[in-house]
Formats: sequence, C-alpha cells, structure tokens
Amino acid sequence: MQSQITVSGFGGFWANLKQNSMGVFGLIMVLMAIGMALLAPWLAPYDPNAPVKVTIDDIYAPPSPEHWLGTDDAAKDVLSNFIYGSRVSLTVGFFASFISIFIGGAIGIMAGFLGGRVENGLMRLTDIMLVIPDLPLAVVLVALTKPSLLNIIFVIGILGWTGTARLVRSQTLSVKERKFVLRAKAIGAGQFYIIRRHLLPLVLPLMVANTVLVISLAILNESTLSFLGLSDPTTLSWGQMLNFAFTRGAMSAGAWWALVPPGFGIVWVVLGCTLFGHGLEQILNPRLETHHLAVGEEMVAREDSRMTPGEIVELT
Amino acid sequence: MISGDKILMNYRYLLNKFAWALLTIIFVIVLNFFLFRVLPGDPARAGLRDPRLTVEAQEAIRARFGLDKPVINCFDSLNPLKIGNCAVNPLETQFFIYVSNLLRGELGISYHSNRPVVDILGERLWNTILLVSAGQILSIVIGISLGVVAAWKLRTMIDYGALVSSLVAWSLPTFWLGIILLFIGSRYFGLPIGGKMTPGAHFESTWEQWKDIARHLILPTITFTIIFIGEYMLIMRSTMVDVLSEDFILTAKAKGLHSIQILKDHALRNSMLPMVTIIALNLGFTVAGAIQIETVFSWPGLGQVFFEAVGRRDYPMLQGAFLILAISVIFANLAADLLYSYLDPRVRAG
Repeated sequence: MQSQITVSGFGGFWANLKQNSMGVFGLIMVLMAIGMALLAPWLAPYDPNAPVKVTIDDIYAPPSPEHWLGTDDAAKDVLSNFIYGSRVSLTVGFFASFISIFIGGAIGIMAGFLGGRVENGLMRLTDIMLVIPDLPLAVVLVALTKPSLLNIIFVIGILGWTGTARLVRSQTLSVKERKFVLRAKAIGAGQFYIIRRHLLPLVLPLMVANTVLVISLAILNESTLSFLGLSDPTTLSWGQMLNFAFTRGAMSAGAWWALVPPGFGIVWVVLGCTLFGHGLEQILNPRLETHHLAVGEEMVAREDSRMTPGEIVELT
Repeated sequence: MISGDKILMNYRYLLNKFAWALLTIIFVIVLNFFLFRVLPGDPARAGLRDPRLTVEAQEAIRARFGLDKPVINCFDSLNPLKIGNCAVNPLETQFFIYVSNLLRGELGISYHSNRPVVDILGERLWNTILLVSAGQILSIVIGISLGVVAAWKLRTMIDYGALVSSLVAWSLPTFWLGIILLFIGSRYFGLPIGGKMTPGAHFESTWEQWKDIARHLILPTITFTIIFIGEYMLIMRSTMVDVLSEDFILTAKAKGLHSIQILKDHALRNSMLPMVTIIALNLGFTVAGAIQIETVFSWPGLGQVFFEAVGRRDYPMLQGAFLILAISVIFANLAADLLYSYLDPRVRAG
C-alpha cells in the first residue's frame, strides 16, 4: 500500500499541493496575473502607447462605459494601463529573483560544501549584507546609475540574495553529512560530481519554494522604487502608475480609480506568490501543526500520516 | 555564585559583538565613500551641471567641496578612471579627508541648502524617531497579542482569520497603504493631508501644539502599524506553536493550571526571545517603511530628507542620510544581541 506522505515525482507533488488549499489559491492568483500579462494586447480595450486627443474633461474622468476604470492624468484608459503594467512588474519580479537565487544559491552551496575559511568569509559577508538596509542602498544605487528597467532588475537582484544563501547553506550542511554523500566521497567522486548529482537534487526543491517568495519581495521593491520616481518614466509599471497619479494631483481630484487598481494588482501578485511559496514550503518541509493547548485535538500524528502495520513507505 | 570563567565568557561574547558591529560600520563607511565615486553619477559632474557656471567658478566649487584632490593614493578619479600618483601624501586624499571629517562628526555641506548635513539630519532625526517608535510599539503589542491568540486557538476560524489578514497586510506596499489611508482620512475624517504641524498656525500653548502634531501623526502611525502587524503576528504564532508543543507545557497542563496561566507564565516568556531578534532585524525594513511613509505624508524626517536628496542630486546629503540610516540599523542589531544575551543566559555562556 502506498502511503500518502510520500512525495515522488510530479504526480505525488501535485497530490500534496491539492491538499494545501492556501497553496492552490496562491498558484491560481499567480497564474491569473501571468495570463493577464501574456494576453495584454487582447484584453486591454485601448493601446496605452497610442496618442489620444485630450480635452480638459478627459483628465481624471470617472469610470464610464467607455473607460471602465476612468482615465488618468494624461487622459489614458486606466484599465488598459493596469493590464499592460502587469508585464513590467512581473518581468522585473522574475528576472530580479533569478539573479538573487543564483547568487544566493551559489554562495550557500559553496559555503556549506567547502566549509572552513570559505564558509566563514561568505557567511560574514552575508551577515553584513543582511544588516545594511536594502531600500536605501537600492535607492542610492539606482540614483547613481541611469534609471532604466535593466538597472532596477540588477539592483534588486544583487540585494535580495541573503535569505536564500542562509537557507541553501543550512540545507547543504545537512545533506553533506548524509551517508550516500559520504559513500560517494569515499569511492573518490569529485566535488562537482557530488554537488551536481547528490546535492542539487535535494537542495533545488527548497530553492524553488524560496524563489516564489523572493519574487514577491522583488515585485514589492520594484513598485517602491518606481513609486519613488527612480524607474524609467517611459516603462509603465504599477509603481510608475502610482507615482504619476500621486504626484500629478489624483489625490486632490478625488480620482480613486487612478490610485486603487495599481496597488490592488501589486497586492494580488505578492499575496499569490506568498501563499503559493508558503504552500510549497509546507509540502517540502512539513511540520506538525498542533500543540498541547489546541482546542479539541490530541497531539498525535494526523490521520493521513498514520501507517498501518506492515506497510511499506517509500522514503525519498 | 558566578564563577570567573563565566564572567570571562560574557566579556568575550560582548567584545565579539562590539567588534562585529564596528567592522560592519567600517564596511558601510568604505562602501558609502566608494559607491559615490565609482558609479557614473559622480558628485562633481552631477552637482555642477549648471551651464551658466564659468570654468573658474566650477573649479572654485570643486576646490570648496574638496573634489580637486585625488580620490585615494594611485587614483585621481575612479570614474572616469584616472591613474594618479601613488606617492601622494595620504592625508591629502579625498578618502582620508572624508574619514577624518566623519570622526569629527562632520558629514560635509549640502549642495542644495549650503548648510552642514549634520545639522539638517539632526533636526529631522527626532521626527523619524517619533514616527517610528509610535508605529513600532503599536504593531509589536498588537502583533504579539494576535499571534498568541491565533496560536492558542490553532486551526479555528480565529486562527485562519488572523493568518489571512496578516498575509494580506504583509503583501501591502507601504506607500500604497499610506496613499489610500491618506485619501480616506483627509476626505472623510477631516484629518490633515500631511506634514507635522498645520502650516502658519499659531498655538495658544505647547499643549495645543502637541495636539496638532498628534493629529498629524494619526494616519502615518496607522500605516506603519498595519504594515508591521502581519509579520510580528506570523512569527509570534509559529514560535508559540513550537513552545506550546514542548513537554513542560504538558506538565503544566497536567498540574491543572488554567490555559491562560500557562500561556502567560510559561509560553509567552519563552516565545519572547525570538521576537527580540526579529524586531531588531526588522529595523532595516522600518527604515524602508519610514522613507515611504514620510514621502507620502510629507513628514519632515530622515526618510523625506533622503528622498528629496535623490531628486536634487544632493550627494553629500544622500551620503550622510544613508550613513545615519545604516548605522542606526547596525546599532539596533547590536542592542538586540546584547538584550538577547541578557535575557537568555545560555547564549552568554556560549
């Protein structure tokens, strides 16, 4: 009999995810945002880059049948800007977090695997980076370089790796001492072989869960930098939309329709990533969620993780 | 009785922490100096872009801000890279002058207002401390209480409600929440649209003035509190669950103690330790929150100075503000380490 706690292959993973309603909910939210970004040209009623003829009444016009979410300071359709804006926010989020995960993963594996002085030095560097406040440093870096999308991706990427590095290092340390790694070492396997064949397969799943969480942070950071006016003013992101609305009189015009949707988009994606990431973490790193004072529960293993006598459980 | 060994351990622990903080500060100072000279927006060109200035005037200003001296031995300038004389007197380099000025508590002169950076930052520091402490105290108290209740009522509707609202609060961009609250508060509740005091107002007494400041503090403080409640609640909840599954809780329960008593006297104490570390680590985010909230609410604090300095390309100001922000976070971490060792004797003993 196959027990339910085993995680084997994609099918097993999917079965576990389905039981985690928060994770599924988050995944759906993220997929919807990605779908909107991909289908932007078909979904958006207007082209945000097309010039429009403006009369004074068109500026911050309230929602109407022609413009479902009204218009902004340049008489552009807010709904179309919102749909296209998801592209920039998601692109920055994905690419910046790939940079972070790559740096964090490399530093974590090197520190955990090589140990000694290398580990000491790398972890001290991580500690220093952890203490220096991120946003001010990002602001300084972007302000001193040209405000472009590429620079923003790069700056967010190189500042967001500390959490990943610590996580990967601790995971590497625990894998390194396992019997099969020691055996591989004993029969003369090279370091890169061990990292590639034994370490990565066990560290990667945790890194994937971490990536999803890093993406949400990167999207928050991008929106903040754009809101502070540090992004390329010609690329339309949700943070940029809020910058324009806030600095160009949406508050005094009472144009809530220019202020609410971009922020809602950010919360949607960040919350989706957070829920999905936590769901993945719970699957990969399950913890018994109960205690001695919990109402109506005894502190025993859950129904689905109980084993019947003589049952063979596959451990991966 | 405390043995001599233990005191020695304690000393070494403290010394180690102090040395570590000092090293981090040195790293920040060096980073702060070289960033502004390596990256393309170098102060001399950016601050002196005005085409109306004659060459002589530009030279005079460069000399006034010390930008005519070599950056450091062997390098006259780092961007564009200009190799210089290595035998130059180290006391005559920009780096040495910067460091020695720092040691005397000088952060240079603002390009924008022509006043010493230290004076401007000093005026603004207290406003930020007022704003940050009000928001932090509220969010710590509310976040911890929510976390305790959620952990106690684990997997009930109360727990799920607290969990979901915390995750939503965590996902909110600080500046956006500020904008929305400002919109609602100023339109429907007659709250001030920003600043620290009503401009041009004449106050009968100091009490009246404080009441005015308090009214201006309401919205920024609510924003701060909501942003940080989520994280404190989530961490308190998971720490409490861990502590509540330990054997001594079962013992206390078996002794017939009431749940509230167990929570208060047994669990809460032991859960507070990790919170100390988290609160300290959060101070980095607090600084980020302060920059956003002060920008949205025009609150005259360090964050606003920092943001304005970016827009004005006022590099001495930007550099000074960054240094103050970074050093306060480092000190806060040091304080947390010391507090932690005071609260948990196991750490001290190594």
